[in-house]
Amino acid sequence: MAVPIEMIVNGKSVATEVDADTLLSTFLREHLRLTGTHVGCDTASCGACTVHVGGRAVKSCNVLTAQLAGQDITTIEGITPRDGSLHPMQAAFKACHGLQCGFCTAGMVMSAIDLVLHHPHATEEEIRHGLEGNLCRCTGYQNIVKAVVMAAKTMDGGQAS
Amino acid sequence: MSAVRAPLIGRSVERKEDYRFLTGVGQYTDDIVLPAQSHGYFLRSPHAHARLRSIDIAGARDAPGVLAVYTGEDLAGIGGLPCGWLIKSIDGSPMKEPKHPVLAEGKVRYVGEQIALVVAETAAQAKAAAALIDVDYDVLPAVVDTASAAGNSACVHDAAPDNVCYTWAIGDESAVTAAFAQAAHVTRLDLINNRLIPNAIEPRAANAQYSAADDSYTLYVTSQNPHVERLLMTAFVLGLPEHKMRVIAPDVGGGFGSKIYLYAEETALVWASKRVGRPIKWTAERSESFLTDAHGRDHVTTAELALDAQGQFLALRVRTTANMGAYLSTFASSIPTILYATLLAGQYTTPQIHCTVQAVFTNTAPVDAYRGAGRPEATYLLERIVELAARELGIDPVALRRRNFIRSFPHATPVGLTYDTGDYEATLNRVLDLADVAGYPARKQASAAKGLLRGIGYSCYIEACGLAPSNIAGALGARAGLFEAGEVRVHPTGKVTVFTGSHSHGQGHETTFAQVVADRLGISLEDVDIQHGDTGKVLFGMGTYGSRSLAVGGSAIVKAVDKIISKGRKIAAHLLEASDADVEFENGEFRIAGTDRKKTFAEIALTAYVPHNYPLDKLEPGLNENAFYDPTNFTYPAGSYVCEVEVDPETGTVRVDRFSASDDFGNVINPMIVEGQVQGGIAQGIGQALLEGCRYNEDGQLLTGSFTDYALPRADDLPNLDIELSPGTPCTHNPLGAKGCGEAGAIGSPPAVINALLDALAPLGVSRIDMPATPHRVWEAIARSKR
Amino acid sequence: MSAIAYHRPASVAEAAQLAQSEPDARILAGGQSLLPSMKLGLLAPTAFIDLGALGELRGIRGDRKSVTLGAMTSHTAVGESRAVIELLPALAKLAAGIGDPQVRNRGTIGGSLANSDPAADYPAAVLALNATIHTNRRSVAADDFFKGLFETALGAGELITAVQFPVPRSAAYVKFRQPASRFALVGVFVAQTSAGVRVAVTGAGPCAFRVKALEDVLSRQFAPRACDGITISPDGLNEDIHASAAYRAHLIPVLARRAIA
Repeated sequence: MAVPIEMIVNGKSVATEVDADTLLSTFLREHLRLTGTHVGCDTASCGACTVHVGGRAVKSCNVLTAQLAGQDITTIEGITPRDGSLHPMQAAFKACHGLQCGFCTAGMVMSAIDLVLHHPHATEEEIRHGLEGNLCRCTGYQNIVKAVVMAAKTMDGGQAS
Repeated sequence: MSAVRAPLIGRSVERKEDYRFLTGVGQYTDDIVLPAQSHGYFLRSPHAHARLRSIDIAGARDAPGVLAVYTGEDLAGIGGLPCGWLIKSIDGSPMKEPKHPVLAEGKVRYVGEQIALVVAETAAQAKAAAALIDVDYDVLPAVVDTASAAGNSACVHDAAPDNVCYTWAIGDESAVTAAFAQAAHVTRLDLINNRLIPNAIEPRAANAQYSAADDSYTLYVTSQNPHVERLLMTAFVLGLPEHKMRVIAPDVGGGFGSKIYLYAEETALVWASKRVGRPIKWTAERSESFLTDAHGRDHVTTAELALDAQGQFLALRVRTTANMGAYLSTFASSIPTILYATLLAGQYTTPQIHCTVQAVFTNTAPVDAYRGAGRPEATYLLERIVELAARELGIDPVALRRRNFIRSFPHATPVGLTYDTGDYEATLNRVLDLADVAGYPARKQASAAKGLLRGIGYSCYIEACGLAPSNIAGALGARAGLFEAGEVRVHPTGKVTVFTGSHSHGQGHETTFAQVVADRLGISLEDVDIQHGDTGKVLFGMGTYGSRSLAVGGSAIVKAVDKIISKGRKIAAHLLEASDADVEFENGEFRIAGTDRKKTFAEIALTAYVPHNYPLDKLEPGLNENAFYDPTNFTYPAGSYVCEVEVDPETGTVRVDRFSASDDFGNVINPMIVEGQVQGGIAQGIGQALLEGCRYNEDGQLLTGSFTDYALPRADDLPNLDIELSPGTPCTHNPLGAKGCGEAGAIGSPPAVINALLDALAPLGVSRIDMPATPHRVWEAIARSKR
Repeated sequence: MSAIAYHRPASVAEAAQLAQSEPDARILAGGQSLLPSMKLGLLAPTAFIDLGALGELRGIRGDRKSVTLGAMTSHTAVGESRAVIELLPALAKLAAGIGDPQVRNRGTIGGSLANSDPAADYPAAVLALNATIHTNRRSVAADDFFKGLFETALGAGELITAVQFPVPRSAAYVKFRQPASRFALVGVFVAQTSAGVRVAVTGAGPCAFRVKALEDVLSRQFAPRACDGITISPDGLNEDIHASAAYRAHLIPVLARRAIA
């Protein structure tokens, strides 16, 4: 059945109808054409689809759009500054070569931002645990961890997301 | 105007491609929506082996949104998916090549094999309709196990009644037999190289569009080599004119080999797109990726190493059974032969080697190249048996390796390769320092104090990369050339667009190649863009695999750049009223040697396109050159790895505590990118050693069909890797001196990990463990040794 | 268009009534297990009953005697809760180790317990701590709640509203992870209370269960070495490609000892 829904996506309010079983990832990619959020698996294992719901990282392939009435959703497009610059986490990934093919990157960045905002003093080991919801097949994670360490120093407290 | 600028080559410049990936504006195949887009879904076999008695598509055809349903019968007139490498058996007979149908014909031969294509308005409708197709299966016994496939009472293909695709050999068997007769010691090792599922994080996808306007096709596809895809699909399968098809591989989310091949899905979509009259898109669900992406490795091997009393290697004898799966994938036949057995000399002077490879068909997914492709299997075998020999003889494993290193180059091995250059002692010495091997005893003691067992393991690998000299490959059975093509288009303003046949799907070509071109032309990095992945733009290409992009693709670009410079010199000579020979090009300027009379690169470019004062009688206007580069030899990257593991004997948990690597890739353009490649490769190698193993049950059902059962390494499974790029020995036969770096980590690391693990477990009497060394397996090995 | 219906009840009573009247509907808490099961074709509900609007099911209350978690409290909220960290640190740590961060941000204790996945973490804590499961109809003792593989004492139309954990003298949970899914291959929760020691195991059987042999020895002597020499029979334990029953049996006393150490 069609479910009416209102939510905020990347700062803009969205009012529409979705099928009851429309996943948030499908809604973002196909309805809103926000294709920066990727889908890499069907078991909620890879984290490529990670976005923020109410400021916390969530796998968008594992939540129904209908569940998110009134919620505030942020995707990779939403954290990207409009002036062509980069969010500190994005900049750190670039500086540290924390991405190769780019497919897992948006989800990885979104998870990493949640991690740093809620655990600003995480150790390298804690960062590795904190990223366990995101698979990367290219990098071996070393440079991703390095990037998160760097971003934790450059992100100030609460501005991101 | 331009001050002498620091060279870009050798600098870790940030990647040009990163902005789009970091901000979500990259374009992957599934991101593309074409006008009037429709969607495809493949009905797949739930059985490993069955005869198709009947397929009833009526229910699906009438389902909501369905545009068409096709089965093997509809496609019976078209060709099978070809294999690009002919291997001949010892008796001279060609390998068995049963038809690899685009949609199953009469029989299904592995779980996941595509039986029908449903096209519908939406992906969900296509999937729902596929469930309404009624297939009557006559289920047959399945052949699954690699070791027992040959001569199994069940038979995968009538054309290969014993399930053997070929039995191939290399080396001088009688010389090996003679050497073994003289040996003071023989070390024997049985091992399994575990089957892996590649799992690029972007699932395979395709979107095929037919245009009636000019009777042409456009295919967007997750491919590492769009030109090869086009050639194989048009010429060998669908019988379409090659020039009527454009293949675009846009941003591709990792490949690792699995996106080299021509797959059935995109072929079926192209075929159907004309009939349906609308573009059709298909994106694999991860479950489909597990079932149908070509898998990797899957060898069962017995090896024997003959040594003299001083530990000098006399001969190596290897017998390998390699699983091809149910059909021959695009390069399948070459992997356990040409890319495997030729590597069995490794870094050693072993004078005689003989290797027999039996390739078998089974009712499992096709097996083909996966990162390293044959070379990891060879390296694993060799570095395991060398370490075992050292243990048996009571010789330090490092000393035994040193005793047998190749020290003079060029060196011809007994398995067909000639190494051009290398310095194995140097990388070994470097890694021993890096790994602080001197501090190992203290670390071992500290582990023991915690109740943990520590072990150290070594691996000295070599690989043959830069695939490949076409004439040599052709003599070995390749059905294609293995050159690469590049084009350098200089625009009137002096900006440059480079077109390369080397596709980039994570490797950073857009940066590395730009560094090469910008340096060579003396212009800024921003003024060079690299284009790849589109047969409509790039003149030709053999694609990205076998660590060939820089060594072969980069060399083609260099050749084209040199043609540009050569033409620019003629234009400059004309403008400066000098002879060509007196004009030198340096730092972006054409200058009469020894004077300050000069023209900048941009001035020359403008002149070429505004040829008012121009030698039109001798020279065409414009500044655009292309080049094909065919290497004269393989390249031979090499290196040494040291791994330390800590084992919890109570639970069997293995933790990689330290991993050090020293690699010789020849000249390095962008160390940051190269280190990233090594990190990723080692991660996959540690994955193979400790976590990843494809398992089928005896009925051919895939037991590791999702990320919840197939363990891909996660961030906390891995240590920080200590990687150093050795100053290196530049490749002697390509203009960049580059050897290739993409596969090294995956090739060199598994034996280092397992050698370390076996070293840790040696005091408990454990001498055999196969990959992946999961806690359960390690615990069982310990428990067995106690009994 | 999908045929699945979606309900977002405004009260527990309404939710219960919907669940009662639509037997093939599924209650949606965090959805972290439900949605993957649907994608893999293991479940095909006719309707969702989304508890997301029921604020009264969310929240954490604690005093010196017990910690009560609303059924819709996320794992992240439990893991980050000051009250839980102070009163029942083992529970906070358990919650902070469920799945991965994204799953913890959505997944709830009520959903986890109602699902009774054989490898879920919370059931071990509920059993070992002798928690009480409050539903819209009654209160169920932990020992009576888990009935089997994905099976609990909950009846049709019965919803978990809260879970009340008595505060123990000490407690700890040690999980040994399945390498791929990272669910518990075996997880052992040990709780020391005034009434004795309770040891509960997850991952090893069809549902969480207690281990009397370990409880007996640890009640006599609450020390790591008390676990030495205890062997667990592998009969009836789970066996799959990741671990034999024997391996799981072996791990139980090993992890119990580590929980105490």
